[in-house]
Amino acid sequence: MAVKPKVPKGVPYPDELSKIDYKPPQKGWMDTLVEFKPGTYCYGATIKNIKALESPNQREWSSKDKDWKLPENWREIFLEGMEDRLRKYRSFRLFMDICVRCGACADKCHFFIGSGDPKNMPILRAELLRSVYRKYFTAGGKYLGRIAGARELTYDVLKELWYYAYQCTECRRCSAFCPYGIDTAEVTIIVRELLYNLGLITDWIAGPVVNCYRSGNHLGILPHTLKDTLDTFAADIKTITGIKVEPTINRKGAEILFVGPSGDFFADPGTFTCMGELMIFHELGLDYTWSSLASEGGNFGFFTSNEWAKRLHYKIYAEAKRLKVKWILGGECGHMWRLINQYLDTWWGPTDFLEEPVSPITGTKFENAKSTKMVHICEFTADLIRHGKLKLDPSRNDHLKVTFHDSCNTSRAMGFLEEPRYIIKNVCNNFYEMPPNTIREQTFCCGSGSGLNAGENMELRMRGGFPRANAVRYVHEKYGVNMLANICAIDRAALPALMDYWVPGVGVTGTHEMVANALVMKGEKERTIDMRGEPLLGKEAKGDV
Amino acid sequence: MGTLFSFFVVIILVLIAWVGVKAANLHFLFGIIIPYIAILTFIVGIIYRVVRWSRSPVPFRIPTTCGQQKSLPWIKDSKLDNPSTTLGVIGRMALEVLLFRSLFRNAKFELREGAKLVYGSAKWLWLAGLALHWSFFVIILRHFRLFTEPVLFFVPLLESIDGFLQIGVPLLFVSGIVLLLAVTYLFLRRIFIPEVRYISLASDYFPLFLIFGIASSGILMRYFFKVPVVDVKVLTMGLISFNPDPKVLEGIGILFYIHLFLICTLFAYFPFSKLVHMAGVFLSPTRNLANNNRMKRHINPWNYPVKVHTYEAYEDEFRKFMKDAGIPVEKE
Repeated sequence: MAVKPKVPKGVPYPDELSKIDYKPPQKGWMDTLVEFKPGTYCYGATIKNIKALESPNQREWSSKDKDWKLPENWREIFLEGMEDRLRKYRSFRLFMDICVRCGACADKCHFFIGSGDPKNMPILRAELLRSVYRKYFTAGGKYLGRIAGARELTYDVLKELWYYAYQCTECRRCSAFCPYGIDTAEVTIIVRELLYNLGLITDWIAGPVVNCYRSGNHLGILPHTLKDTLDTFAADIKTITGIKVEPTINRKGAEILFVGPSGDFFADPGTFTCMGELMIFHELGLDYTWSSLASEGGNFGFFTSNEWAKRLHYKIYAEAKRLKVKWILGGECGHMWRLINQYLDTWWGPTDFLEEPVSPITGTKFENAKSTKMVHICEFTADLIRHGKLKLDPSRNDHLKVTFHDSCNTSRAMGFLEEPRYIIKNVCNNFYEMPPNTIREQTFCCGSGSGLNAGENMELRMRGGFPRANAVRYVHEKYGVNMLANICAIDRAALPALMDYWVPGVGVTGTHEMVANALVMKGEKERTIDMRGEPLLGKEAKGDV
Repeated sequence: MGTLFSFFVVIILVLIAWVGVKAANLHFLFGIIIPYIAILTFIVGIIYRVVRWSRSPVPFRIPTTCGQQKSLPWIKDSKLDNPSTTLGVIGRMALEVLLFRSLFRNAKFELREGAKLVYGSAKWLWLAGLALHWSFFVIILRHFRLFTEPVLFFVPLLESIDGFLQIGVPLLFVSGIVLLLAVTYLFLRRIFIPEVRYISLASDYFPLFLIFGIASSGILMRYFFKVPVVDVKVLTMGLISFNPDPKVLEGIGILFYIHLFLICTLFAYFPFSKLVHMAGVFLSPTRNLANNNRMKRHINPWNYPVKVHTYEAYEDEFRKFMKDAGIPVEKE
């Protein structure tokens, strides 16, 4: 029986939203002014947050207003910033120069597929800035102007850049298809940085950055609250398994520091993943600790500026050093792993105070992490399962028919494809892949990454998540899939709403929640409910018969 | 607008050569001076571009990974689509440059009745792109007949392969036909695919028309309006040995000068246009780096110190909470 979709306020019904016109308008894109459609963009940051973020241009503004109260010399600020980045990033300069507009990327963006807006084609999203680049940084553009594809940086162009830089989740799908590897994320990351210089930040991103700088995590959880949270998880675990786990915080001399995404402290279903991790660590007797300052592996600073990203990620190695651990284990999170894999060691290495990671349980040396000293929990768990160190009863997940959503960052900025699949196949009996064009390196974004998971842009998020949801619907209808597994905290926060809207009846789970369901712990009581407190298959009627 | 503009620019270029040689008798200019200028512009321009790109550093190692990473020994890693070694990177780049690996991934989608997205294969762009670049390359190599004496060994070999159809005298070269077909296809898709038309600029049409002009003038010269090849070779050998012989200039037909002038335009235009992708692709940080960041630290030359929130400051702010909750602190 079909479940009715849950439609967020202000968003059209799915059958309405999926009527998408892909035909570009008659008028050329340079002549089409940007139109701010409600539900497709985020609110500007409050003055308090803009100040806290130390933007060079602080004032009150609203993205909904016509007048953004820009400083008089905004154009110079923008162009000078651009010149600076052209000098600093080869990717940026190259990607401004070498695009041949073949159009291979055009229909690869989830926002284009979900909206039909031609400026959501990656090529055009980049061309919005490239046209400015040609005007101010190339001779052809300067003298030939429009016929050379160049245009002035006007107020409207600036707004357009803002609007479309915040309609890109920096998922890099376009980059996988580009014959030169042009990565739109490299472009929008820089556009966002230039806009930050003008104080044009969104509040949904600014708020978490401010929190994260002060308290160590996006949600602003303070140390004692973190303790309460873990205690609550421990109590729930006791109810489900009869076993008392005892996580420690800021304990010096532990072997391993664990850093995960703070989203998992806060909201279901992420909390179940966090509980799953606690259970595995307990079962193994792992000598590990949490850090109340390094209580966030995610980094909304990355969606603001390189400097802020670097500032927020300082705490991970600093805490590892202070707590004198040997190495660091990282939780299930998407952009956190993009940063660990491609940025962290460059920013804050070398890490000579740490040791090359070795699993204390299996003795496996994680040679692929010998410089960063950070191991992904899926690598860790897959290794445990491979060595038979976890007792698993996959039938406890028999109430689930599972498919796996590859996160953009772990697949295209890391290549993390087999480890989670290996785990899932070992902890559940019903696993079905989505169609090949929608998984692995070709995976579709949840539509809410890179700081777009706000409430005021729900229509944009439902549109952006359309291709992902569509692939889920395919396996839902074909195999009865009812659970979407992932290894990313933003997925766990964003996909439930997407599923309720497009494919009602499909839940969302972290991978280690399923491990926890299947994990047979020493001395546990007979399990009758899963991590969510829902009855296990075959255990519903027990006692009645 | 871009289409017509580019079309007329190429027509004007043809006319310039025509008038310049036929009416103004500027054989020396079009046969010797302009080719030298064009080649010089090409070489200096490309060097300038590459140097300028290289002077911007690669602060972060950001390969786009398109396959399984190297992690645990029992998980098979994708050595070419997600290389972790230099050898793998060379392989990945070779696939990219020689076979257009990423473009081969291309697919198209369709939104069907009932809000269903379906994906299908879309290899035509890949095929036409490959055909264009390879046939162009073969044609350039064939032209070594004009620049080497004795003719380099691979030229006759290539000619015999290229002429395998064994049609007509002189033998029909397949490469020329393939080049024309590929250029035509790439032009038509720019016109007829609405999204591609929407994103196309004049600078996208111009090289297509230019190459079309070069290929067709070459074909006309070879099969229909013959020019004295011996004189052409005297000229080209003279040019390459920096000792051109102006005596042969007047005896060569106008079609040759048009062909040559369009080629000169292409060479001179090359470094200032999107055509620099030829050099740029080798420098692309999302393709030419190994995904070995966690094994080997990447250095950012402009990495600078930033303000941070230290643990000490953090503890000072929250010490009371921490102590009350039983969390260990540094200072009591």
